[in-house]
Amino acid sequence: MGRYLGRRLIELIPVFFGVLLVVFAIAHLTPGDPALVMLGERATPEAIERLRDQLGLDEPLHVQFFRYMGRVVRGDLGESIQTDERVIVELGQRFPATVELTLAAMLVASLVGMLTGAIAAARQNSWFDGASMVVALFGFSMPIFWLGIMMILLFAATLGWFPISGRLDFTIDLARRTNLYVLDGLLSGNWAAVGNALRHLVLPAVTLSTVPLAIIARMTRSSLLEVLRQDYVRTARAKGLAETRVVTRHALRNAAIPVVTVIGLNVGSLLGGAILTETIFAWPGVGRLVVDAIFARDYPLVQGAVLMIALIFVVVNLLVDLSYVYLDPRIRYG
Amino acid sequence: MSERAVVLSAPARVRMTAGFYADAWRRLRRNPAAMAGMAIVLLFALAALAAPLIAPHDPIEQDLEGRLLPPSAKFLLGTDDLGRDLLSRIIYGGRTSLSVGIVSVGLALAIGTLLGLVAGFYGRWADSLTMRTMDIMLAFPATLLAIFIVGIRGPGLNNAMLAIGVINVPIFARIVRGSVLRVRQEDFVEAARALGASQGRLLRHHILPNILAPVIVQSTLGIGSAVLEAAGLSFLGLGAQAPTPEWGAMLTNTREFLRDAPWAATFPGIAILLTVVGFNLLGDGLRDALDPRLRQ
Repeated sequence: MGRYLGRRLIELIPVFFGVLLVVFAIAHLTPGDPALVMLGERATPEAIERLRDQLGLDEPLHVQFFRYMGRVVRGDLGESIQTDERVIVELGQRFPATVELTLAAMLVASLVGMLTGAIAAARQNSWFDGASMVVALFGFSMPIFWLGIMMILLFAATLGWFPISGRLDFTIDLARRTNLYVLDGLLSGNWAAVGNALRHLVLPAVTLSTVPLAIIARMTRSSLLEVLRQDYVRTARAKGLAETRVVTRHALRNAAIPVVTVIGLNVGSLLGGAILTETIFAWPGVGRLVVDAIFARDYPLVQGAVLMIALIFVVVNLLVDLSYVYLDPRIRYG
Repeated sequence: MSERAVVLSAPARVRMTAGFYADAWRRLRRNPAAMAGMAIVLLFALAALAAPLIAPHDPIEQDLEGRLLPPSAKFLLGTDDLGRDLLSRIIYGGRTSLSVGIVSVGLALAIGTLLGLVAGFYGRWADSLTMRTMDIMLAFPATLLAIFIVGIRGPGLNNAMLAIGVINVPIFARIVRGSVLRVRQEDFVEAARALGASQGRLLRHHILPNILAPVIVQSTLGIGSAVLEAAGLSFLGLGAQAPTPEWGAMLTNTREFLRDAPWAATFPGIAILLTVVGFNLLGDGLRDALDPRLRQ
């Protein structure tokens, strides 16, 4: 396992390099002079020249790229055009909100998705199976930005069960350590804050979880159906084990590998979906930061955020691969 | 049966001829879910094509007196914040959304298929170079990459189509490469090669026709997800620009008058959802029909 881990970590280097190259290449697709685009038509020639110099735009492309790579490796993603703050600092401030949202969505999607898929498979061709797969089809096809608006309409504007936007009421006092508000509330034993943060989290998390939930439910169902046809499941049944025990103890673990793969792959769609969800619910995370930065033509910020999200996605995929070893002892890595 | 006859009959059995597609069509017709999907897709496509004939009002003409009117006999789905007829905008919006879906998938199909063919057929460094590049593109969350491309190139439908096309290229390249690797092992390709067929002829006449099935399936599913991506980009203000009717863009500012005019936020979303469901049902059905072995 140690050697395998080492090899996989070394393999990450060219991937990181490639991701950097793609981000750099796309960032240079700007039509016209990036400095002019960023500063707007009314900028003075001196200001444009200063920015060109600051961004190193007069250097040959390959020099610019290696310089960019050198800076990124040192953790320097440049400065925001709007605030002059370091991009890495801006991202760091917004990052916990996105982490909290995506973790909550992943939790909802995994738990509800696996449970639904497992029940659907255990009762194949029942009304529950049929209904849940139709719902999954709609969930899989769902424009989540629309679902978010509908959730706000029903659960916030009409029923008033949940707040419309934000992460925490202004009236709530919370000692911030991790900036994951639910966790901060738990750490300080501030139950009012935990409840309030959770109430803010429900609608965005459920909205964001919809597509992965549907995919996980479908995958769990088909994977479990496959496993339930195996001989050892028939043996377990023949021993007289209760059906619940057969499904939960014998079949589910073996059906888990494709499900874990799907969960891992969906981290990408969650991070992408977070951009839309954060926009609808005014959730102050990295996703909304990206959208705002695009409209403010704050390219260093956009570029830094995209790079960071992509690198996180790469690392998550590695973790998913590593988790197979625990799920299936037959898989050995040398 | 002689040795020679066996060799000659093998290709006829494996190759995807007109009979293969006729069989697939028969299987597709017997699949009610797929037929429902096809009906939905055809309905939206026909409505988009016939928009000028069937739309009751001008989709762009504003009537500030008639803002946010609820559904009525005159405006079947109500009006939006600028007094424009929602039904007409949804019908015309289908033109935009479906065109974006078809054009961007067409772009991805053309480039992805070419790359996949080259990688799978020529192998070696062409394969490594192409597929590692595709892996790197897949290292980005698709929506994020699309937003990044449009964000840098500037908002607008053309850039949205380009971005959605780009994020779909690796998917087609992978599928085509995998199929080429499988098909080029087949006896009929060996036979054609032994008969002296050129590489171009092998690719065009023997390999390409036999990898079409997964490409057709992916194109169908891809148009559905492209419609979804495009609507998402337009919702953020990065795709279609005002006053072009587009389903995602129609939802952009509906939050501001959600309580007063919930219909303005409801109907465009239903149009997106139904269209994507239609393409997904049809795509799943096509997969079952074109590759019965995959059916579960």
